[in-house]
Amino acid sequence: MSLLEIKNLHVQVGGNEILKGVNLRLDAGEVHSIMGPNGSGKSTLAQVLARRESYDVTEGEVLFDGKDLLAMKPEDAACEGLFLAFQYPVEIPGVSNAYFLRSAMNAVRKYRGQDEMDAMDFLPKLREKMKLLDMDEKFLNRSVNEAFSGGEKKRNEILQMAVLEPRLAILDETDSGLDIDALKIVANGVNAMRSPDRAFLVVTHYQRLLNYIVPDRVHVLVDGRIVRSGGPELALQLEESGYATVGTAAGAA
Amino acid sequence: MASAIQSLESYAEGFARLEKEAVGRELPWLRDLRERGFARFSETGFPTLRDEDWRFTNLAPITQTPFRLVRNGHAAPSWNESGFTFAHASAAFIPGAACRLVFVDGRFVPNLSSLDALPPGVTVASVAAELAKNSASIQAHLGRYLDIQRDPFCALSTAFIEDGAFVHVQKNAMAEAPIHLLFISASHDFPAVTHPRNLIVVEESAHATIVEEYVSSGGKALCNTATELVAGDNAVVSHYMIEREDAEAFNVSTLRIQQGRSANVASHSVLIGGALVRNNVHPVLSGEGGECLINGLFVGGDRQHLDNYMLVEHASPHCGSRQFYNGILSGHAHGVFHGRIIVHKDAQKTDAKQTNRNLLLSDTAQIDTKPQLEIYADDVKCTHGATIGQIEEDALFYLRSRGIDEASARRLLLMAFANECVDRMKEGPARAHVETLIREYVAGVTGSVSREAPEAAVGEAK
Ligand SMILES: Nc1ncnc2c1ncn2[C@@H]1O[C@H](COP(=O)(O)OP(=O)(O)OP(=O)(O)O)[C@@H](O)[C@H]1O
Ligand SMILES: [Mg+2]
Repeated sequence: MSLLEIKNLHVQVGGNEILKGVNLRLDAGEVHSIMGPNGSGKSTLAQVLARRESYDVTEGEVLFDGKDLLAMKPEDAACEGLFLAFQYPVEIPGVSNAYFLRSAMNAVRKYRGQDEMDAMDFLPKLREKMKLLDMDEKFLNRSVNEAFSGGEKKRNEILQMAVLEPRLAILDETDSGLDIDALKIVANGVNAMRSPDRAFLVVTHYQRLLNYIVPDRVHVLVDGRIVRSGGPELALQLEESGYATVGTAAGAA
Repeated sequence: MASAIQSLESYAEGFARLEKEAVGRELPWLRDLRERGFARFSETGFPTLRDEDWRFTNLAPITQTPFRLVRNGHAAPSWNESGFTFAHASAAFIPGAACRLVFVDGRFVPNLSSLDALPPGVTVASVAAELAKNSASIQAHLGRYLDIQRDPFCALSTAFIEDGAFVHVQKNAMAEAPIHLLFISASHDFPAVTHPRNLIVVEESAHATIVEEYVSSGGKALCNTATELVAGDNAVVSHYMIEREDAEAFNVSTLRIQQGRSANVASHSVLIGGALVRNNVHPVLSGEGGECLINGLFVGGDRQHLDNYMLVEHASPHCGSRQFYNGILSGHAHGVFHGRIIVHKDAQKTDAKQTNRNLLLSDTAQIDTKPQLEIYADDVKCTHGATIGQIEEDALFYLRSRGIDEASARRLLLMAFANECVDRMKEGPARAHVETLIREYVAGVTGSVSREAPEAAVGEAK
């Protein structure tokens, strides 16, 4: 059984059809990449999978580890092990990053029937993960994402992923806007978490990230449909010749 | 309007009785003060919606109720007799306070109070006791600052001066631990009115923290309270007004602050209870270099009406004032923020700032926000801004996408919004007390199941 199985997914936003029949299968242990031009629906797909309710699913089915993902609330999907690193992480003034991270982790632990962790137990664990991402401790006391630079926000997303230890992580343009050092740090953070029972869906515009996080499959999303799928070499080809050349050869995952 | 007239008559009866029996009736200056207060009130009656300062607040629930003055003489009720159980009361205690003065129906109750840990240079007493013992200390300030011409409730307060808290902090004395003034309106089988009247004098270069807290034990009650706070030159004062009256109770309060040269005063108002509540904060920056923070949080649900009225008077050059009020309204609650800033002719280099932010949690909640700037000096900086919004969907989704359930996520965002006000309070027992009250209250508003979360939302990993 695949970890994620998307069948003929149609999604409307504000009355416009954005996803027009997406099919995709992702097995545990795999990394898949989704590439595609601006506005093709990559973030829409990511947000629907994270269960954003303002997106209307008009047709199709999504199974997450065999369960009906589309019936889940966002918090249930998260607790079941789905994580989305946002393209545009949200600022939450007045809520400290440390408190937020611990609340999130404890919500997930509670759902799984584990004991909640207090701050004393949690902090050492958190500090360790921050070190891996080269994040200063001052980020713990600052409000979530507030006045973080673009790169800091992206690293904060990866930190959340590291804390929540999801089974499926969807990274929506986590590489965009990062300089090469930050890109390596983020890629290292992801690679450190690769494991046989965890999968990644990496949305990106740039082939460069895929030098560091090498995908098993690359899918090209154009105008709400996956028009082509292939191995890592497809990303290189896209980088050179653009999306126009792949537009027609429809292929499933 | 028959009942409104009836209700005025009941004030006249109360006043006639008070004149005959009240503490200090033999003091000519006090008699005179009371009489002027009542004369002014009789002249104007209660404000109406036509009155600019009251245009968002319909006072009918107060004006049409024939309240009777409660004067329980010198009887000393127990917690039970106050109708306020000890469990309630201990929830109102502030661990780490320097002292606690408890007033039931406006009268000081020594056996419920605790005056053991007073720092040197600090005198606390009931106004009634001080009038009997040492009326000169009261006469020097009482009634000098409160404006009975502008506000009929202030006139009424002055007419009915009898008891309340008297706090005196000597020059250079340091009273950082809170002086806690707890006012309980007991329940009666008739609508009861009380008029606690407080006088707080903090002399030159002294520091003080004062907490006024208003609670009630049920039933229809009106607490009309006024406080004159005198902050001498270079004094540093934190004042907290915590209003958490019962659902049927009314509370009208005025804090009149008189600030000397380089005095630094912080006024924190927290309104979370009561059916109809009006809180006036009226600082006058009368010496050069004064700083005033007017910080507030009001949280209302059901049909609560919470009216915040600020009148900030800059009367001297080089003073700064900052007003920050946050409102959270749900159900059919109605909030008012009226922030008036007057910069007098000579108050050059004034720096006045005003911000009012509101969260409306339902379509039926309402906020009226009104800035009013009157600037008669030419070299000043005055800014104001107001926002009205809902809980942000993006933030809610972000939190939920991390596994936090919807109710907890809402609560977290509300606490964060409320904490903007808490963060402006100096760390210490008073702030901790406010934090606890707000957390419990917000948990109630968002229908939380668990009481423990969310604790200290900010500053966890110190
Ligand atoms: N809330 C919304 N309301 C209306 N239209 C929307 C909304 N969100 C997205 N869209 C539209 O849906 C389409 C797909 O957007 P989406 O963000 O999924 O694209 P994308 O592939 O992630 O693009 P990019 O590479 O720029 O991030 C776009 O045309 C966009 O304008
Ligand atoms: Mg996108």
